[in-house]
Amino acid sequence: MNDSNIPVVPSNDDARIDLEAEFRSSNIKEVLDKLDSELIGLVPVKTRIREIAALLLVDRVRRRLELSSETPTLHMCFSGNPGTGKTTVAMRMAQILHRLGYVREGHLVAVTRDDLVGQYIGHTAPKTKEVIKKAMGGVLFIDEAYYLYKPENERDYGQESIEILLQVMENNRDDLVVILAGYKDRMDKFFSSNPGMRSRIAHHVDFPDYSVDELLAIAKIMLKAQNYLFSPEAEAMFREYIGRRMKLPHFANGRSVRNALDRARLRQANRLFVAGRSLAKRDVMTIEPEDILASRVFQEGETD
Amino acid sequence: MMTNPGNRVTQGQFSFLPDLTDAQISAQLKYALKNGWAVSVEYTDDPHPRNTYWEMFGNPMFDLKDPAGILMEINSCRKTFASHYIRVTAFNSTRGVESPTMSFIVNRPKKEPGFGLARQEADGRNIRYTVHSYATDKPEGERY
Repeated sequence: MNDSNIPVVPSNDDARIDLEAEFRSSNIKEVLDKLDSELIGLVPVKTRIREIAALLLVDRVRRRLELSSETPTLHMCFSGNPGTGKTTVAMRMAQILHRLGYVREGHLVAVTRDDLVGQYIGHTAPKTKEVIKKAMGGVLFIDEAYYLYKPENERDYGQESIEILLQVMENNRDDLVVILAGYKDRMDKFFSSNPGMRSRIAHHVDFPDYSVDELLAIAKIMLKAQNYLFSPEAEAMFREYIGRRMKLPHFANGRSVRNALDRARLRQANRLFVAGRSLAKRDVMTIEPEDILASRVFQEGETD
Repeated sequence: MMTNPGNRVTQGQFSFLPDLTDAQISAQLKYALKNGWAVSVEYTDDPHPRNTYWEMFGNPMFDLKDPAGILMEINSCRKTFASHYIRVTAFNSTRGVESPTMSFIVNRPKKEPGFGLARQEADGRNIRYTVHSYATDKPEGERY
C-alpha cells in the first residue's frame, strides 16, 4: 500500500470526508463502468467486485481518519467453468486495485503450474520466487491453481510452491495480490486439502455460466470487433447452435463461442471464394445461416 | 594522517554517503527498473578495489516491475552473508551499451579494517607501491 499519496486528516469524531469526492478522485468509476459495459451478464461477479471496490474505498477513508492502518487481505479466488471471463475480470481487478492504491503498478502476471513448479529437486523454489518477484507491485493470477497440489504423488514439487506462495501471501501483503482461479468443485477440493490457503483468501467470487441470450450478445460483440455481422437468419441459427452446443461435452462458454465464430468466418470465406462472383462490402461482412449450419454440431450432433 | 576515517570502502555509487535506507534503495531500484535495466545482487568478502567480479546471489532479475522483489532478494542475501559486502548492479542491455549502468553497495561489514600500503623494493632504487587489505590476511569466509 502506497501511503505517501494519502494525506492524513486530523481526526476527531466529527471529521468529515466526502466519500463521493473520494470516489471520483480515485477514477475507479471508469473501470467499473467499463466492466459493466464490456462484460455481458456475470451479475453476481459485478456485484461482488463493486462491493470489494466499495470496501476498499471506505478502508481508504478510514485510513485517512487514522482508524485503520493494516492493509486488508486482498487475495481472491475466482471459481467458475471455463470461458466465463475469469482472466478478463482479474485484469480489471488489477486496474481497480491500482487506482485505489492497493497495488503500486497494477500489472497482471498470469501463470499456471508450469511456471511455478520445477522439474527436479531445488528447481521449484527459485522458479516460484522468480514469478513472485515479477508480479510484485501487481497481481499474480494463478490459473487452474488446483494443479499445484497433487495428492496422488507425494513427491510432487507443487507443495513446495504452495508453501512459498503462502509465505509471500502473508508477509508481502503490501506488495502483491494473489488471485487463484479454476473450476469450482476442484478449487473446493484444493482448499479443503490446503486449509492454510483457504484462510489467507478473503474473497471468493463465483462465476456463473452464461445463458443462451448472454452468449449470443457476446458473439455479436466479438463479431462487431472484427467488423462482421450476422444476417437476421444467421442470428437465429447461431442461437440454435449455442443451445445445441451447450448440451455437448467440453462446452467452454465464451471460448466456445469464439471458436464457433472463427469456424463460421472460415466457412464464409470459403463460400465467397467458391461462389466467385463480384462482392459487395456487405457480402464480406455478413455471416449467413449456411456458414453456421455446416457445423458438425448440426450435422452429426458432435463437437467440431 | 587518516584520509578515510572509518576505513569505509568507497566503490560504486553513493559510497561516500551514509548507508542507504531500504526506502532509498527502493527508490534507486525503481529508477533502474523504469529504464528497463536488469538488476542483480552480488556479494564478496574481498574488498580490494580491483576485485571486479563478485559472487552472484541468485540469477539476475529480468522483467520486474516493482523494486519489492529485489529488496526481498537483498534481504535474503543480507541474512545469508550478514558481514559481507553486498552490492546491487543494474545492467543495461541496450545494443552498444551492454554494461552495468548502476552499481552500489547495500551491505558492508560492521568493522572494516581498511588497507595497508605495501612497498616493494624493485630494481635499482625503485619502489613499487600497492595496497593490501588487512581483512584478506584471513581465509575466505572468515574475514569479517
